[in-house]
Amino acid sequence: LAARPSQVPGARAADAVTPRDLATRYNNFYEFGTDKADPARLAHHMPLRPWSVHIDGLVARPLTLDIDELLRLAPLEERIYRLRCVEGWSMVIPWIGYPLAALIERAQPLGSAKYVEFHSLADAHSMPGLRSSVLLWPYVEGLRLDEARHPLTLLTLGAYGEVLLPQNGAPVRVVVPWKYGFKSGKSIVRLRFVERQPATSWATAAPHEYGFYANVNPDVPHPRWSQATERRLGQGGVFAPRVPTLPFNGYAEQVAHLYAGMDLRRYF
Amino acid sequence: MSTREWAETAVRALRPWVMTALVAPALWLWGAALADRLGANPAEALIRGLGDWALGLLCATLAVTPLREATGWRTWAAWRRPLGLWTFTYAAMHLLAYAWLDQGGRLAAVVDDVAQRPFIAVGMATFGLLVPLAATSHGAAVRWLGALRWRALHRAVYVVAALVCLHFWWMRAGKRDYADVVLAASVLALLLGWRGVRWWWTRRRRVPSSPR
Repeated sequence: LAARPSQVPGARAADAVTPRDLATRYNNFYEFGTDKADPARLAHHMPLRPWSVHIDGLVARPLTLDIDELLRLAPLEERIYRLRCVEGWSMVIPWIGYPLAALIERAQPLGSAKYVEFHSLADAHSMPGLRSSVLLWPYVEGLRLDEARHPLTLLTLGAYGEVLLPQNGAPVRVVVPWKYGFKSGKSIVRLRFVERQPATSWATAAPHEYGFYANVNPDVPHPRWSQATERRLGQGGVFAPRVPTLPFNGYAEQVAHLYAGMDLRRYF
Repeated sequence: MSTREWAETAVRALRPWVMTALVAPALWLWGAALADRLGANPAEALIRGLGDWALGLLCATLAVTPLREATGWRTWAAWRRPLGLWTFTYAAMHLLAYAWLDQGGRLAAVVDDVAQRPFIAVGMATFGLLVPLAATSHGAAVRWLGALRWRALHRAVYVVAALVCLHFWWMRAGKRDYADVVLAASVLALLLGWRGVRWWWTRRRRVPSSPR
């Protein structure tokens, strides 16, 4: 999947890239099971073509784009992002995509639209995890519209120079590098523009543990573990010391202004 | 020899082999960790693997007495102490791996974590209860404490079983993924429930029927 290196500030992390083998075998994708090895084992059953994304809600004109149209919508860029999981581990991944803002422009949201929801595929046929009541399906995530339009928010179609693998959220997902990984919905089939803050999957399932904002924040611990440090996977093996976690996952310079005046302990 | 004597002899002969073989999971886990063959997150795999083995061995230890009574083979009794000591050893390695790999081996970080996080505190309390049990597992301790007091002390293993379930459940709570927790709790509930029923049954038989 051809892509040019991104010129957007902050889009090319200097950290060593996580080996592809790790990033494609250690995944949280509960539609395929709660074990991190489940997605790599089972996600290839997910039918990737035809695939279309429906855009509706508070938009001037509802719209459906198929995956080929999405691939052509804007020039593809390669971005190297740190990925910080809420569980306390992190990877560094070379994603391919373009700013979500480009798709939002196509959709022409109305002035009343304040948030955007991302709905993941919920296909009982190919996704055995849907039988579990761990979460309500489909998986729904969401962003405030200014977060969604931020140049670092990536509509992602590839990784490691290739189209996305199913376990990484093929054929299309979002990646929001300054938030915990669960905010970045995978295998997206619908974007819905809404006025009220969406009821997102994890924030609904365990509201005292996972918030709507979920900005990476070393000063706000998870109720069951500290978020002050993280384990960078694929570097130094089992005895590699944990490394400090940075506010906004190291993207504070680019995104901190979005949250000026907000109490980030309350809006965690 | 009768079939039963054969079986008892086999159980007796098997014991040292089984107890020696129980070093293998630890060797495999630490060896795989050192060789970086424990997957993407080896530290987590090591900590959880050792915890799983400690839990499994606790179940095995608590299964000895029911097994002895069900079969009537007294030779099972000798399995209980070594299994209990293995439970303690795996729990100690689980704690060591957590303190070292999750908390960087800093005592202050561990203390801080215990103070802030109930599921860690419960795990630590569970280990705290296992220490006196392991320390008094030898025959001299039985003589020193007296059989009655020794037995009373070792009933703490029932509290250990309950705390382990709480620790495990709490660890999984945010992910709402309870299948393994339910399995472990069911096995432990069965083993403890059997003791409850037996206690109630023998007590009822001992109480003389009241005069009319």
